[in-house]
Amino acid sequence: MIRFKIDGQEFQADPEETILQVARRAGIKIPTLCYHPALEPYGACRLCTVEVRWGRRSSLETACTYPVREGIEVETMSEAVIRTRRMILELMLARCPNVPVIQDLAREYGIEKSRFKTDDPDENCILCGLCVRACNELVGAGAINFSSRGITRVVGPPFLEQTDVCIGCGACAIVCPTGAIQIVGEEAAIYEALPLGPTSAIHVPSLQAVPRVPVIDTDVCIHFRTGELGMEPGCGVCEKLCEAGAVDFSVQDELVDLDVGAIILATGFADFDPMNLEQYAFGRSPNVISGIEFERMSNSAGPTGGQILTAEGKKPERVAIIHCVGSRDKHSNEHCSRVCCMYALKQAHLVRDKTNAEVFEFYMDMRTFGKGYEEFYERIQEEGVIMVRGRGTEVVVDKDGRLTVKAEDTNLGRPVSATVDMVILGAGVVAQPDAAEVAQIFGISRSSDGFFMEAHPKLRPFHTNTDGIFLAGNCQAPRDIPDTVAHANAAAAEALALMSAGEVTIAPTIAWVDDTLCSGCKTCLDLCPYKAIAFIARDGTGVAEVNEALCKGCGTCAAACPAGAITARHFTDAQILAQIEGLLRAIEGVAT
Amino acid sequence: MSENGFEPRIVGFLCNWCTYAASDAAGVARMQQPPNVDVIRVMCSGRIEPAFILKAFAEGADGVIVSGCHPPGDCHYGEGNFKTFRRMPLLEALLAQYGIEPGRFHWGWISGAEAVKWAALVRDFTAQVRALGPLDWKRELASKED
Repeated sequence: MIRFKIDGQEFQADPEETILQVARRAGIKIPTLCYHPALEPYGACRLCTVEVRWGRRSSLETACTYPVREGIEVETMSEAVIRTRRMILELMLARCPNVPVIQDLAREYGIEKSRFKTDDPDENCILCGLCVRACNELVGAGAINFSSRGITRVVGPPFLEQTDVCIGCGACAIVCPTGAIQIVGEEAAIYEALPLGPTSAIHVPSLQAVPRVPVIDTDVCIHFRTGELGMEPGCGVCEKLCEAGAVDFSVQDELVDLDVGAIILATGFADFDPMNLEQYAFGRSPNVISGIEFERMSNSAGPTGGQILTAEGKKPERVAIIHCVGSRDKHSNEHCSRVCCMYALKQAHLVRDKTNAEVFEFYMDMRTFGKGYEEFYERIQEEGVIMVRGRGTEVVVDKDGRLTVKAEDTNLGRPVSATVDMVILGAGVVAQPDAAEVAQIFGISRSSDGFFMEAHPKLRPFHTNTDGIFLAGNCQAPRDIPDTVAHANAAAAEALALMSAGEVTIAPTIAWVDDTLCSGCKTCLDLCPYKAIAFIARDGTGVAEVNEALCKGCGTCAAACPAGAITARHFTDAQILAQIEGLLRAIEGVAT
Repeated sequence: MSENGFEPRIVGFLCNWCTYAASDAAGVARMQQPPNVDVIRVMCSGRIEPAFILKAFAEGADGVIVSGCHPPGDCHYGEGNFKTFRRMPLLEALLAQYGIEPGRFHWGWISGAEAVKWAALVRDFTAQVRALGPLDWKRELASKED
């Protein structure tokens, strides 16, 4: 351990560490532009200059490249240091007069204007080489480097021509401290993929994610992309910087076989895609957004930092919210999605709160069914939101991009319209696109709205007709969070009850073989979908025997037995034939 | 009531999980359907022996419906409806040989979610059998013996 001082404070550090690393760890501010914790220090920008005293000697050194030494005393804000940084900033400001980060730093050191001459006011590059190191050390592409020297020195690809060595990862643009590198076409590409803003390749999927850990999008992660391109896998910054050592690129998807006693399906719902309803201009105007997009926008971690802005970047003055988009509509879905009225009211409140815009809610019926919901509706009305009772029928986009919402006000009995800056579509909740496939896997059925069907709408709302399979939440029907929690708890309790009983009660409706009638023809063996019928060798031939625990009582074997040896209990031949006789003779009796 | 006052008697053999659930749902939802179909519930359409249908016709039914879960995959028991799929075409051929018009026997699939389809089937099939008139094979047989 090395012992030394920074600004009079005692520190201990490893011999490999630099002054900057120790200072940063202790929260001592040293300005840098060319430093990145995952890259080798380079000492290019010189802003991290500090004064190092050693005995009676003193020198100005760059903190990023200077390894700690026993007994040195470092001054981060001595007069000499400030004088030096001012000179550096003045020179930088002369080279790049229009870079905000340099302007801010210069102002911090009391410089408004450089006394040196500016050659090119559009110059943004300070030749710090951070991009060069990122491209070579981190990504491994080696697509850019310095060329020429002295006053003609410049960063770029070989011969400053477009190069196919560049993989377009954007790492250079991300690390560039001054914004001198732009990725061409980036905005358009990102906007197409994620209309409301990009996230980095490693991110926490949502603020409510459980477990709340980041995931890596391997399609855009430089480490995986370089690997796929046959290069040495690059970057890995997250792995290097994670102090807990939690990032592991070698983790693969795993398929795990589990023997379980019960299964709870909680596969959730899909958002209705308003693209399916052309009249709402979704996709034709960037200011027509869905409810979930609004949520992203109003999220403080979202692309606008939680501000409500139109695509032009302005605060909207008039906002329309259209209810029942993709719900209660024979042209899309007949069912009520249940959650949209409440989220639309909440969004009206957020718009009022954040922008003070005029808000119009176009609704058919206001379904505020839960505890405290009606009171919330009252509150929103008091906040001045204008309620229009009638389905929003159309959003018209004029040639200047202005939006007009048309509707019928059923209270006034006449058509109305409102010109607005933003339209939020209260898109509904639909079954997952793969619900049919999942239903087949688990042998359960679906109701006509596509959601999984419960065993009984009132008495068994989270059971299915398949034993041991339960439903929780929106996979069964649209429901809000409190209802989902209740439903899920009930399903979990039912699954636990089933397992903790220790034994399973089977239905008495099973097949039974009369071994005196069975001829041992084996017809039934292949018919049984559960392989519940065994063949017991006896007297040179054999008889069929039903395993009562495996039999589910479908009766297919009974229908096929040529000897009539199999009885489907509770659905015996005698019972069914008697039912037929009873039905038809009774009617005959009444009729005559 | 039809013009001639004939009301057909129809027996429906329905599986517990799909078509019976649909017929139940149609009733609960108060869907309009004629009262001519009487339902016999079985656990699976695979339980339905062709003999049951013949028995129903023999006992005086004017029409018979067999309905189960949609193949493939909807069957609660996995593949019971495949057995029905195999048996019913053979039975259809046999009924034709007995001189029973094809319009008197319907077999198919209605899922638990298709209550509307069930109600429509009951309406259409009843109308179809009503148009065919009574399956009066006993009287016909008696008249031939005379």
